[in-house]
Formats: sequence, structure tokens, C-alpha cells
Amino acid sequence: MADVAIERPTGEPETTTGLPSTKLAMWLFLASECLLFGALITTYVLYRGRSDVGPYPADVFDIAYTSVSSFVLLASSLTMVLALSAAQKRDMGRMRLWLLATAMLGLTFVGGQVYEFTTFYHEGLGISTNLFGTTFYVLTGFHGVHVTVGVMMLLSLVGMSMADRLPDEPAFPVEMIGLYWHFVDIVWIVIFTIVYLIPTGVAPK
Amino acid sequence: MDEMQDRSETAGHGASASHSAHGTHPSPKEYIRIGVILAVLTGLEVTTYYVKVRTSILIPTLFVLAFVKFVLVVMWFMHLRFDDRRYARFFVMGVALAFTLFLIVLISFRTFLG
Amino acid sequence: MASLSVPATGGRGLRRPTALTGFWSWFTTVDHKKIGLMYGVSSFVFFIVGGIEALLIRAQLASPDGTVLNADQYNQIFTMHGLTMIFLFVMPMSAAFFNYLIPLMIGARDVAFPRINAFSFWAFILGGLFLYSSVFLGGAPNGGWFGYAPNSTTDPTIGMTFYALGLLITGIASSAGAVNLAVTIINMRAPGMSLFRTPVFIWMGLVVQFLLAFSLPIITVGLFELLFDRRWDTAFFDPTRGGDPVLWQHLFWLFGHPEVYILILPAFGIISEIIPVFSRKPLFGYQFVVFSGISIGFIGFGVWAHHMFAVGLGPVANTAFGLSTAIIAIPTGVKIFNWMGTMYRGDLWFATPMLYSVGTIMMFVIGGLSGVTHAIVPSDYQQTDTYYIVAHIHYVLFGGAIFGLFAGMFFWWPKIFGRQLNERAGKWQFWVQIVGFNLAFGPMHVLGLNGMIRREYTYPASLGLTFWNQVSTVGAYLIAVAILMFIVNVVRTQRKPRGLENEDPWDARTIEWMTSCPPPVHNFDEIPTIHSIDEFWHRKYVEDHKTGTLVPVQAGAAPTHADDDGAHGEGHGIHLPSPSFWPLVAASGLPVIAYGVLYSWVVVGAGAFVMLVGFYGWALEPSVAEG
Repeated sequence: MADVAIERPTGEPETTTGLPSTKLAMWLFLASECLLFGALITTYVLYRGRSDVGPYPADVFDIAYTSVSSFVLLASSLTMVLALSAAQKRDMGRMRLWLLATAMLGLTFVGGQVYEFTTFYHEGLGISTNLFGTTFYVLTGFHGVHVTVGVMMLLSLVGMSMADRLPDEPAFPVEMIGLYWHFVDIVWIVIFTIVYLIPTGVAPK
Repeated sequence: MDEMQDRSETAGHGASASHSAHGTHPSPKEYIRIGVILAVLTGLEVTTYYVKVRTSILIPTLFVLAFVKFVLVVMWFMHLRFDDRRYARFFVMGVALAFTLFLIVLISFRTFLG
Repeated sequence: MASLSVPATGGRGLRRPTALTGFWSWFTTVDHKKIGLMYGVSSFVFFIVGGIEALLIRAQLASPDGTVLNADQYNQIFTMHGLTMIFLFVMPMSAAFFNYLIPLMIGARDVAFPRINAFSFWAFILGGLFLYSSVFLGGAPNGGWFGYAPNSTTDPTIGMTFYALGLLITGIASSAGAVNLAVTIINMRAPGMSLFRTPVFIWMGLVVQFLLAFSLPIITVGLFELLFDRRWDTAFFDPTRGGDPVLWQHLFWLFGHPEVYILILPAFGIISEIIPVFSRKPLFGYQFVVFSGISIGFIGFGVWAHHMFAVGLGPVANTAFGLSTAIIAIPTGVKIFNWMGTMYRGDLWFATPMLYSVGTIMMFVIGGLSGVTHAIVPSDYQQTDTYYIVAHIHYVLFGGAIFGLFAGMFFWWPKIFGRQLNERAGKWQFWVQIVGFNLAFGPMHVLGLNGMIRREYTYPASLGLTFWNQVSTVGAYLIAVAILMFIVNVVRTQRKPRGLENEDPWDARTIEWMTSCPPPVHNFDEIPTIHSIDEFWHRKYVEDHKTGTLVPVQAGAAPTHADDDGAHGEGHGIHLPSPSFWPLVAASGLPVIAYGVLYSWVVVGAGAFVMLVGFYGWALEPSVAEG
């Protein structure tokens, strides 16, 4: 949904509410995304512990590894707001630096997820092996796609800034993409708890 | 929904009346402080995995921790706390609707009855 | 608008399109009026196709042991009939009205995001064509518009994969459109137009956009899960591996029931505009109509399981959803009383739009009442999956929504085309249509209660269902005659030279009639300042307090432009969004990706590349070209 974030980056005409239309649209879009992830998470919760064959979550999860991933994604939210702070002060150099840092942390997270998926696959968990594989890969995969789209938007922002093609008020697109980025982060907060941390009946330790 | 927009009329036409939200954004220092809190909370969450806790305590604890993290990110990093309340209403509508509807679905499947 | 620090060309050496007229301008337009027209024309074409499918169904059922279609063809045709009428006709036709009218009715020059608007249209039309391409690529979807698992996940033909992918594409179109139009209504209103001075049509538009924004993501997940089950053998709805097909029903109806209101509320909005005009009275209880519309929107999210009474959710769930279903009849009933109150003691003028509006109310009341009978769970056990349900949905969606859309077409035709549809032909059409409609769908109540099952491709003569089926078929062909009359009327009207004797032919109340017919590209030379509901009416008439009668403000014809808004701007100096082909490029990536999912990852990559090119071109191009 790169279009939502980049439509009319500046020069918003005077609006009825006094709020910029792009930001209203962004929040409405995020509100509707809540229903999307809500449905995916519901599917996961409904089928938790209902797989009839293994591997089960406890057989494949490496909590230490995923915790590091979670820290990485949280850290990227911090670098994202620091980029916004820099953009508001029109410190373009520092803004690009923090945006790049955010994108790199995001890429690390996605890379970690790809590694995790491959490991699980080699341990015998395919997408059609059992309900756990089905719901796990689709839920976390959907989230991973969202992170990837975010990384692409961040890198585009850096590129446009280098080519001096950002609008007069550079903080605005940074803020919009930031909203999307943090949303992806809070979805992960929920997924991390529900998928990884809450035990599934089979003793995890 | 209706009252939200009704109020918008009075706050309305003065153009950038509420668009000056940029001035009230938290400082980098405050951001870092929130970031540290989030990291600590995540550390706590992970710790519960390695410490033996009874499930009846563990699950509520994890939900509370996740909820606090969720709220911190939304309020500070997405700066809803400092922004116009109408954005928050949109978002809360989505979150509340998702939570209610899917809770009913799960209950209808008797998911929480063991 | 503020200047942008970006060059005017779209980059990559391609020249930005500038033409506002001519054949190719339709592919690059971002004008809400042109996009609205394209929505209207293309969805009407789908209406004809869906109608032909309906006629085939009725031909097959006209006699026992019919041989017009075999079972497989019948499955495909009734599925495509439902999908076409819902996703490719009523929804986009409503989008046509919203697109064309929302900016005009709120005094805006365009929607909030004109290029996203163009993207929505192209995604819709390409999604529709994608869905129909299945006919040539191994068979159309054949599992019903509701696509119940596991029938939909285990069907060996490719049809239901097309179903999942096609609806995902049109879903993307509707989601983008919903956010766009909601923000337009919230943020683009003329000075002085508080939300409680907007026409009811705008209110209904707002509710519909919120319903879309919050219900489409749910079906998106359902369709993805269906797609994964079919394409990559996942276990979501596979009972043999622990999956639960009832989950599909929940995801489908969590969307599907709000969808019902997505289909009907635009028609409610349309007739709420028409009835006051032809009663020459303000809408009775404006606030009640608005609040009942909002509460229909909210409660509409809490009744989905009444489609699933026979699934076995248990007595508690069935009772709760039966109650919530009965409750939603209240705000709907409120609206009906308001329309009747508006007509009561009004100076009624039964022109075609009014006939269709009254028809809408009457048919919807019949459909609404049969709906209340489904809310009673034991009664629903008898009715579910019979023709009684078919009768009900057609009374609310054809008799309600589509009659309302016809009312809107006759009413706003002069506004949109500068020509008026023939009134005599319109009235004939109405009477043929309403008689045909009741002949077609009325008997289905009887058939259903006598035990005729839905979706059966034929029935034996011994069941005694033949007579009413024959009546129904006659009715269906009468409807076809009425639609043919409409097409003839349209062709004859559009051949005449443009020009209305009176640019306000219905003596209308709302501000879209304050500009010329058809409106200029920039909609209004001068955006009017709004002082009340029915702004235009109040500019034309004042009430004489002594006699209580209406007195025209000025002698002679009604003014077509705001007289008290200072000098006319003549449209100079207004910067409108410039045409762009990037929305079309970005949208055309969607069906390519979808074909790729069916056939090859290379094609998915190609489609994703096309989309990326589209979005980057879009992002790098300013919304208003300089110079």
C-alpha cells in the first residue's frame, strides 16, 4: 500500500477537519488491517493444539532465536521514530542514516524469518504437514510480507531523499511510513506472545 | 463515529488548528526511554519462558505485558497520545471491532473450554 | 496547491498524459466523474451478463427434468450469476453513484485521492475480467457465491481458485475505494457543510465505506486460506486433518452480512434523496434516517451467524443471533416510516424516479418481512437452503437495491448526461419490471415452503413444483423485457443532442444541481457556502410564514449558479489533479500475479514487477503536473 503513504505528500489543501487526508486515510487503513490480522490470529488460536501429527510447536520453536528477532524489530521501531525526529529538524543526513538503520533491522528480521522457515522445513514442518504448519506459516508469512513492503518503502524514501525528490515537508512521508512500520511492529508483539510464548498444552520445557 | 465528526466541525475550518501536532512530538530522549522500557518488558516476557510459572498465572501475565507494549508503541511511537483524538477513534474502532468479533467466533467454537 | 520540488514529467523519459478528452483520456483519467461513468457502464455490462445467466437458470427450471443445462453447467452459471450481480454489478454500480455524486454533493472538486480512485476502478474491472476468463481456462467457479468449504476446497476443477483470486482482486479495489471515499466525505466538504448538513446519500455512503473497510479484510483472510487450501494443500478447512469448515462460514459471513448492507444502503441513500424531491417536502426525520443508517451499520456486524443457524452452533449462539437479527429490523423499519412520513401529505409527483423509489420501499418491505421470519430459529430450520431464501434475497437485493439504483439512474441522468430519459418509456419499464419481478420471485416463497431446494439443477414432475416454476420463468423474461426497454430508452436518449430545457428538471434540493448539466471538469465555478440541509432548495424558496406556503426567491427559473457567492470564477486558476497512467499500470499487475499463482512463479514475479513499476512511477509523479 505504498500508494497510501505517498499520495499527496505535501501541499495538502485545506480540509474540513483540519487534518491531512493522507494521515486520516493511513489510520483508517491501519484500522482495517486490524481486522485482517485479527482473522489470521483467530485462525491460529482456533487451531492451536489441534494438529493430529507432528512436528508440534514445542518440537521446532527456538525461543532464544525468536527473542533476538523480536528485539531487532522493536529496535527498528526506535530507529524509525529517531528518523522522524531528525526529519522534523530537517537534518536530512541523520534522517537517512536512521531510515537505513530501520530498513537494515527490518531486513535482519525478514532474513531471520527466512532462516527460521528453512530450519523448520528441514525439521519436517511443511505448510501442509499439519494445522500448526498451515496456520504458523500463513500468519507469520503474512506478517513477513508486511515487513518486506515496509523495508521497500523505507529504502525508496532514502533513495528519493538522496535524489532530492522528497516534498518540501520531508517529515510527512517519514511519519506516514513510520505509522505503517510501527503497526507491523505491534502486530508482531501480539504474534510473539500468542504464537511463541504461550505454551500449547504440550510442555515446552 | 458521528460525535467524532460532529466535533470536527467546531475544531474544523481554522485550517491547521490541529495540524501543528509536529511541535508536540516527544524528544529523541523520550523515544529512547520508551525503547528501553519496551526492551525490558520483552526481556520479562522471554524470561517467563525459562522460569516455571503456573499456566493460570503465566497466560494473564503474558497478555498484560503484550498489552502494555502494544499501548506504549501506539501512544508514543505512533504518537497517538500527542495527536488529534480523531485518529485514535479510527484505530480504536478497528481494534475493538476485531477483538469483539473474533472473541465471539472463538467462543462459539468453545475454544477456551479446555 | 503548494508547489512541489519535483519535475513535472513522470520520469523514465515518458511524457505525462495531458489530454482530458478523446479515447485515450479514459485510460489516464483521474476525474471522479469519468471514473464514475466507467464504473457505471462496465457494471451495467456485467448486469446484462448476469441477467442472461439468470435467464438460463430460469429456462432450465421452467419444466421438470429440464435439459437446457446439465448439472455442471448449472453449477457454474448460478455461481457466476451470484458473483456477477453482487461483486460486479450492485457493488460497482453503487461505487459509480458514490464516485460521481459524492464530490458534487459535498461541494468538492474531486475525491481525496484521485489516482487511488483510478486504481480502484482498474483493479475492479481487471478483477471482473479475470473472474470471467475462467470460462475459457477450465471452467467457471461452481461452488456458489458463498464458496462453502470443503466443497470449494476439494472441487477438482480450477473454478474456485479463480473465485478466490478474482474476489481478492475486486476486494483490493473496494478496500482502496472505501478508504478514499470515507476520507473524501470526512475531509473535503464545502465550507459550512457540517456532517449534519450533508444529504442522507452522503451519510449512507460514509456508513458503507466503513462497512467495507472493516469487513473486506475478513473475507480477504478467508479467501487467502481457501486459496492456500486449494493451491498449496494446506489444512485450514480440511476436516481430515483437523481443520474446521465452519471457520470458513464464519469468515465468509462476518464479511457477508455487512456486505448485505453494503449492497442495500446506497439504494436507501438514493431514495432518501428522491422521495423528498418528488414529495416537495423535506425528508421527514432527517436525524432518524441518519442514526438508523449508522445503527444498521453497527448492528450489521453482529448478526452474521443467522446465516449459520443450521450449522449447529448451539442454542445460546442461535438465540443470541436470532435476537440481534430481530433487533436490526428496528432501524430498518424506522427508515421506512420516515419515507412514508415524507410522502404523507406531500405534493406527490410520480415521475419515473419516484415510481422506482416507492417500488423499492414496497419490495424491500416484503423482503424485510420474510427476513424477520428467518430470524426465528425454528422457522429458519424449515427455510434454510430452500427457494424461500432465494425469494428473500431477491426481494431485498433486486427489489430493494437494484430498483433503488434504477431510481437513481433516472433521477441523475439529466445531471450526468445533460439529456433526460424518456418519461413515458421509463414508466412503462417500471410497470413491466415490477410485475415481472413479483411474478418471478413471489412464487419462490411458495416453492420454498413446498420444499424446493436451492441450487438443484432440476426437479421431477412428481413433486408438483412445475406450475409456480413456470410462473417464475415468465416473470424473469418479463424483467428482461423491462431491461431491454431501458436499453432502448438509453440509446434513443443519448442520440439526441445534449441540452436540457431546464437544468433543474426535478426542482431538486441538493447542491449537485447548482452546477451545469453535465458538470464542468472542476465541478463548481465557485464552491457554494452551505447554510442548511437542502441548501439548493433554500436558495430557491422561502416559506411565507403567514400562509405557510413556499414562495420562489426569484421570479422565473431556478438559478443554476450560486448568486450570493461573489464573482464567478469561470474555473480559472483551479488546479485539478493531472491525468496519469500509473494507476492503470499498477492495477494491471494484479491479474498478472493472479494468473501466476495459477500457473507459474515467473508470472507472479512479472506481475509484481509491473505493480512495482506502477507504484514507483506513481510515487515519483506529482499529483498535479506543473505548468
